[in-house]
Amino acid sequence: MPKVRGNLLNISKLKVVFYTYRGIIKALNGVELWMNKGERLGIVGETGCGKSVTALSIMGLIEQPGEIIEGDILFEDKLLTSMKENTLINIRGKEISMIFQEPNAALNPVMKVGFQIAESIGKAKNKKIGKEVYAEVRRMLEIAGLDWERTINLYPHELSGGMAQRVMIAMALSSNPKLLIADEPTSALDVTIQAQILELLDELVKKLGNAVILITHDMGVAAEFCDKMAVMYAGNMVEYARTTNIFENPHHPYTRGLLKAVPKIGRTDELQSIPGIVPDLVNPPSGCRFHPRCESAMKICRKDFPPLVEIKSGHYIACYLYRKENIQNADT
Amino acid sequence: MLNAVKNIGQKEKIKLFLEQRKPIIEDWKHTYYLWKSTPLAMLGTVIIFIFLTTAIFAPLLTSYSPTEQFMEERLLPPSSQHIFGTDQYGRDIFSRVVYGARVEVWIIFIVSIISVMIGVIVGIAAGYFGGAADEILMRITDMFLAFPRLILAMVLTAVLGPNLTNTMIAISLVDWTVYARLGRAEAMKVKSQPYIEAIRAVGAKNFRIIAFHVLPMSISPVIVQLTLRMGTIILTAAGLGFLGLGAQPPTPEWGAIVSDGRSYLVDQWWISTFPGMAIAFVVLGFNLLGDGIRDILDPRLRR
Repeated sequence: MPKVRGNLLNISKLKVVFYTYRGIIKALNGVELWMNKGERLGIVGETGCGKSVTALSIMGLIEQPGEIIEGDILFEDKLLTSMKENTLINIRGKEISMIFQEPNAALNPVMKVGFQIAESIGKAKNKKIGKEVYAEVRRMLEIAGLDWERTINLYPHELSGGMAQRVMIAMALSSNPKLLIADEPTSALDVTIQAQILELLDELVKKLGNAVILITHDMGVAAEFCDKMAVMYAGNMVEYARTTNIFENPHHPYTRGLLKAVPKIGRTDELQSIPGIVPDLVNPPSGCRFHPRCESAMKICRKDFPPLVEIKSGHYIACYLYRKENIQNADT
Repeated sequence: MLNAVKNIGQKEKIKLFLEQRKPIIEDWKHTYYLWKSTPLAMLGTVIIFIFLTTAIFAPLLTSYSPTEQFMEERLLPPSSQHIFGTDQYGRDIFSRVVYGARVEVWIIFIVSIISVMIGVIVGIAAGYFGGAADEILMRITDMFLAFPRLILAMVLTAVLGPNLTNTMIAISLVDWTVYARLGRAEAMKVKSQPYIEAIRAVGAKNFRIIAFHVLPMSISPVIVQLTLRMGTIILTAAGLGFLGLGAQPPTPEWGAIVSDGRSYLVDQWWISTFPGMAIAFVVLGFNLLGDGIRDILDPRLRR
């Protein structure tokens, strides 16, 4: 049984690989993550660091050529990683829903929006699609801030990005899930719509009390929305803390680098980028995957991956810099 | 908004209806324009139109029965009374050709339904599930493709027993491979789309995903291919009929009529020639129409 640190979701030592012609992509390398009921967790990191793969693993949607080779995902008291597909179906949509990155692509282009929401409501409530379900569809569309009379009979290509994302939100929240995973819900939208969508999500989640995992690469969005944040790098969770702690007192060299690279209004110093590039996950660096780009890398960083340690209450970090006995081994 | 619609008159309702469907109407107008600017597609349409009307109004076009024999009127050359002449049993060739159109339409219809059904089910299952299912189903398809079409159809009818129903089954069993390959390719493409992942995330089961989400997206190239293949279906049916493996006498199937007349070909040329021309004419029509449809639907040519 995995270590239980949150009362809703516990992910421990999750390893996911993808088998490709180029070789085995080690997409997740022992991710640890946990959250409580009603909490909002932001997962941030560069493209390709495993944010979306983590989300898909929770949903049980890792498909060929991908595979979860190690680790457990514990949702409340259910071990999702050992569940069969036909029992997982009862959790998807009902207890965990997901909002996707490109709202227009996540809707079937040949079916009316109303029917697609009805399908998910019918599934979540075990009802045949009929009048009752459609009444619910109208209610959800209204809650999502859409004019249902106009929207219900439209096809996805007739919606703007913002409207489509509202439809997705209506769909995802129609079953009132315990956990909502939003995979970059705003990155395909323009800035004004982004703000609207985040506000809507914020308002609805406050009302319904769902826990949310917000996946984003926008630090500002995460700061605004989340209670806690997890920073990921190349398939590892490197820092986990309350949002304010991450922003005011970042510890991991990667988090620091990330925050230095965020432009801000009124900022006068030069933006700093992190030297080097994201490692190829077919041949990841040994030890800590960040060490080739890390300014304070030590000998041990090349050999072993640093375990996750709690440096302050609720502030976890995976870096040897914060273990006293290892500081003495530093050779630089 | 709905209340507002109730209160206005009939005329305004029609106007509103047309207003709302303007893009669709425009699109149809454009299609019509494209069709009109390709004379060959037009010719194909006209031929198929003639073919279908002949099949529907067969009893009105001729007063002779296609099967009744008049031995005293055998082997008459084309004249004003029998415009295509008569055969060795005194049957009117024109009336046999006209009623033959019905048989051909029936063959096309049934073969299309059976072969598309088999092909699409096999193809989409293979494409959607992938892995072992894909491998097994596609190797079976390859086995069917390994034989020449006509030979395989001949073997199947010979095994099942030569009659019209078995001919249709045999042609379907030969013809489904094309749709299986197309359906598989489309299903593989659709399967990886984000909306399929999204519907899976909602908790939909495989059957629902295939029936409501993959199938509607995969079917359109199959339909286009189907119109392109109708000519081939007629040719195969006529070929089998000619070899005596298809429709049995006295059914007025074109291939069988051609076959009936072949021993009289030198002196009574009209028995084989007219049904043969009918076959050529209709196959040409289907091919021209198929090419036309392909060009009209091709978004790259749609300017």
